[in-house]
Amino acid sequence: MVDLRRAAAIVGIHEHVTRYSPDKSELQIQGESVINALNDAGLTKDDVDGLFTASSSIRNSGMNLADYLNLYPSYVDNTTVGGGSFEFHLSHALTAIAAGRINVAVITYSSLARSGGVSVGTGGVGRFGHPVLDPSPDSFEELYGLTTVGLYAMIARRHMHLYGTTSEQLAEVSVAMRHHASMNPEALFRDPITVEDVVNSRVISDPLHLMDCCVITDGGGAVVVASPEVARNCRHTPVWVLGAGEAIAHQGAGKRDLIYIAAHQSSPRAFEMAGVTHDDIDMAMVYDSFTITVVETLEDLGFCKKGEGGEFVSGGRLQVGGALPINTDGGGLSSNHPGMRGIFLLLEATRQLRHQFDGTGRQVPDCKIALAHGTGGALGSRHSGGTVILARD
Amino acid sequence: MTTTWNKPLPSIAGETKPFWDSCRRGQLVIQYCEDCDEYQWYPRGICADCWGENVRWVQSSGRGTVWTYTVTQQNRTTGFAEMVPYVLALVELEEGVRMFTNIVECNPRDVHIGMAVEVTFQTATPQITIPYFKPAG
Ligand SMILES: [Zn+2]
Repeated sequence: MVDLRRAAAIVGIHEHVTRYSPDKSELQIQGESVINALNDAGLTKDDVDGLFTASSSIRNSGMNLADYLNLYPSYVDNTTVGGGSFEFHLSHALTAIAAGRINVAVITYSSLARSGGVSVGTGGVGRFGHPVLDPSPDSFEELYGLTTVGLYAMIARRHMHLYGTTSEQLAEVSVAMRHHASMNPEALFRDPITVEDVVNSRVISDPLHLMDCCVITDGGGAVVVASPEVARNCRHTPVWVLGAGEAIAHQGAGKRDLIYIAAHQSSPRAFEMAGVTHDDIDMAMVYDSFTITVVETLEDLGFCKKGEGGEFVSGGRLQVGGALPINTDGGGLSSNHPGMRGIFLLLEATRQLRHQFDGTGRQVPDCKIALAHGTGGALGSRHSGGTVILARD
Repeated sequence: MTTTWNKPLPSIAGETKPFWDSCRRGQLVIQYCEDCDEYQWYPRGICADCWGENVRWVQSSGRGTVWTYTVTQQNRTTGFAEMVPYVLALVELEEGVRMFTNIVECNPRDVHIGMAVEVTFQTATPQITIPYFKPAG
């Protein structure tokens, strides 16, 4: 394979920090995010030639977004594979830039899940207001009352059965994320919590409790990705893409062992491309739709052995100062989760690699290499996994 | 007694019609590939393993074990909202494939991984009969 290391860099970011904005459209949130991210990079509308977006609510979002922005991109990618879509977008932007097709790509997302009253995790098939099922696979699944949280709970139950993982260990993930959220003024929930708080919260889908589940918010953001030539002249130090890996996990005709998630396939691809090892990773942004998602992902990324995730996440090891700080913005569990959170993983990894929080407890000291892994869909049926490895200049 | 089925109903395509026809007769069928000697679930018009066309319908024993499950306490969808708590499960059939189902006719608290279960059917409409699983007798 062609060496793609440092073939593209994240040069501009913006998080639309709203957690509730019933007065704005999703396109407006994306528009404002794109403008601010380009300002952050020191680039303009005329520099953009690639447009990458995913949405669960805007029909034909690639076309409609280009229309709204009055942009005529020469490269459009509407890959929509759930919450991890934006790690896929970065992977694709890297390839398009390396091939010389484009120089500046914008990746953007927004959602009004909270002001729209969307039951992201517990809505069941009715959550999309679409009662007519496809002949397959829906007609063999949705008859039985699947929910997103239920499909993660099933894997949590299996993990507990196989490896003795406990609810208290899963709760450690929520506690660590809340600790980080307490240092993020934009986070939805900032008051510290304990393991007891989590295991005593009401059960949503056994064995997952309310506080094992991510929050529901509005929100959005944008990431600007550029070629090395452009990146060198941008406002901030470039955050280089070292490696990217993509994967889909599914039921494999009813025979896949779903205790292994897509990260098991995508992680080796990203590490091989990047030419780094797990010991080189200073911090990670790990999609935390639910606490079990983090345990499963850390195992399948290779930070610990399968079955040891419960132990790995315990004792504050996920906090800044611990063995592997993750989700220093507070994650989906405490900060924000508008439905497809993957873009926020790229935003916080970039902030960390820019050393934006130097002098505060949120900064991972001397952060040089970060990993982001987005998971979209559901662990218990089918999902995507996108791993990217990023490095400070 | 007449009841109105208020949960989602399947849509039926040509490649899945034999499955739903069998359910109406009280038989659980799955597919087996003559070329590569593999069972598959869910039903489809090709062999998912070798991509060949020689898949045939075979009757499953209807017996299996609970591979994993969750007791659902919250679901906003009409039909399921009234049903909580209910057991959503993946059952591994004796033939080796795993399918989504509900474990019915038992207390949700009694369900466990490895539990022996067998198929049972509920008539949803005159056209549609849906397979579920219950503790093995
Ligand atoms: Zn075959």
